[in-house]
Amino acid sequence: MQEQWVEQTVYQRPESLSKNPTHYCPGCTHGLIHKLIGEVIDELAIRERTIAVAPVGCSVLLYNYFELDSAEAAHGRAPAMATGLKRVQPDKIVFTYQGDGDLASIGIAEIMWAAIRGENITTFFINNAIYGMTGGQMAPTSLPGQVTGSSPLGRDVEMTGMPIQMAEILAGLPGTTYAVRRSVHDIRTIKDAKKAIRTAFRVQMAGAGFSFIEFLSSCPTNWGLTPSRALDWIRQNMVPYYPLGDYKVADIVKELR
Amino acid sequence: MAKELLKGNVAIAEAAIRAGVQAYFGYPITPQTELLEHMSLRMPQLGRVFLQAESELAAINMVYGAASAGVRVMTSSSGPGFSLMQEGLSYIACSEVPVVLVDIMRGGPGLGNIQPTQADYNQLTKSAGHGDFRSIVLAPSTVQEAIDLTVLAFDLAEKYRTIVIVAGDGMIGQMMEPAELPAMHALRSARPDWALTGAKGRQKNVISSLRLNADNLEDVNKRLQAKINRIRAAEARYEQVLTDDAEILIVAFGTTARIAKTAIREARRQGIPAGLLRPITLFPFPNAPFKELSVGSQQAKGVKAILVVEMSAGQMVEDVQLAVQGRLPVRFYGRTGGAVPLPDEILDQILMLAHRMDEAPTSGESFAMAA
Ligand SMILES: Cc1ncc(C[n+]2csc(CCOP(=O)(O)OP(=O)(O)O)c2C)c(N)n1
Ligand code: SF4
Ligand SMILES: [Mg+2]
Repeated sequence: MQEQWVEQTVYQRPESLSKNPTHYCPGCTHGLIHKLIGEVIDELAIRERTIAVAPVGCSVLLYNYFELDSAEAAHGRAPAMATGLKRVQPDKIVFTYQGDGDLASIGIAEIMWAAIRGENITTFFINNAIYGMTGGQMAPTSLPGQVTGSSPLGRDVEMTGMPIQMAEILAGLPGTTYAVRRSVHDIRTIKDAKKAIRTAFRVQMAGAGFSFIEFLSSCPTNWGLTPSRALDWIRQNMVPYYPLGDYKVADIVKELR
Repeated sequence: MAKELLKGNVAIAEAAIRAGVQAYFGYPITPQTELLEHMSLRMPQLGRVFLQAESELAAINMVYGAASAGVRVMTSSSGPGFSLMQEGLSYIACSEVPVVLVDIMRGGPGLGNIQPTQADYNQLTKSAGHGDFRSIVLAPSTVQEAIDLTVLAFDLAEKYRTIVIVAGDGMIGQMMEPAELPAMHALRSARPDWALTGAKGRQKNVISSLRLNADNLEDVNKRLQAKINRIRAAEARYEQVLTDDAEILIVAFGTTARIAKTAIREARRQGIPAGLLRPITLFPFPNAPFKELSVGSQQAKGVKAILVVEMSAGQMVEDVQLAVQGRLPVRFYGRTGGAVPLPDEILDQILMLAHRMDEAPTSGESFAMAA
């Protein structure tokens, strides 16, 4: 009897991601988070009606890596631009993808107000505790004592205040339907992160309001660490100050699951 | 449609609605607030989008988003708010999405006051944001013209994929006049092929102002400049009043032009042949009528001197000087800080000029602002 060999595809590049190699540094988790978002968009079959809004930061060229209609917003203004895009075509799925400088510093008003209005968009917030693109200055999320290009002696919280915890802040707003914090530093956290992305998009698809995921993300280049040490740094230093978890899951979200 | 008594701000808002504006985003600021208020009632009634933004910064970026979706969209503001919009305008100019803006100018600098001014001329025509770009700037001088230019603004914005600014002053925004609104246009349902509507059955569309490579960005700049030159060649608009035999030519726009007309009538009654050239487009500035001017002298008929009147310390006057190229003396009279010149003040300037002309004016002579 002849043996039967069956070829089966077990993994392939999601249709929502382009074939372009990214410009991200080795070990940077921006690319990994892109991949998870692309996979979920494919799985939900929403690629042809999804619009991405890129920030100013390392992910400014995001539109080169997604096969999606995309806009490139001014620094911090992605939630306002997304509001315009979504309000005039509520049937589309609109998401912003923003770094911590972009969202939590210069764009703090725009993100707060998108959440306050319960804007029916999704925001992916990449917290890497640093201004990556400009070469490693202090971010609103840099940890106490963290040495950066603009806090060479370590972040002095007496002078700058404490790092900002966006998932908790946005969870406190009535307009927010879904606000969680995830990480991507090991297999388990990556799987949890992907699940959350699916939930966030499903909130938007149901027209249920503002959905937000904060990702703890690595910046080996500006942290001065190897890629694997950078993942350890997330676990050891970021997770204690930025606990992973669900900060707001409105009742309607439970019905979606 | 019959004439009705309309306030400038309301007339502009309703004209935009009739022209098919699909979304309005704005933030309250005097003296344009009635425009936003009118939108807040009418747009939802018609099933269109109205949103009061948290700031002008947010408003212009919402406009940028909606324009990227390929719908007719607008905002309105005044000095302090317009300054905040400059960031967004620069991005919008580079990514070439059509946007209509209304600026109802108020006294400045700083918080200034809420009286009419024209002192945002330079900001609107020359520097509405960082980098090299120009917006089309339309300057109505009556409520009727504000209506007509608002309708035109949407057509020009789409024709050239550019920013069009309707520049009124507090007077135009606040005064009431009989005027006729256009009929309601049908809303456009088709979207332009570059719009962000989801990449369904086509390649993805990208709206971006980022070009990291210098050659690529230079190409974008060349394309923008070529477009601006097409606008310069085709879109300059102006009105001439009693210019055929004018020896003193007044150049003024908006509210100031109306006041100048009264002064000109009185000057003519006193035997001084004065006329008015009123730029309707501030950008592109109408250079042609200045080139065509017949320059007069003691012997020959023609224009002997130009008087520029503005509610500013002298901004458009520089464009007039460039257009005149030193062939005629250019005198300036301005009021600032929200003060509006009276017809008599302008008449005085005309009389002074007429008197001086008898003393053979020096070609190219320019005068400082009257105190
Ligand atoms: C108005 C404005 N200010 C400053 C900058 C310079 N700038 C570019 S990216 C950036 C910070 C980005 O950091 P973050 O948002 O944390 O993104 P990351 O690169 O870390 O992913 C800054 C300050 C800019 N482009 N625009
Ligand atoms: S600088 Fe940091 S955030 Fe930017 S690509 Fe490199 S590792 Fe990633
Ligand atoms: Mg960052």
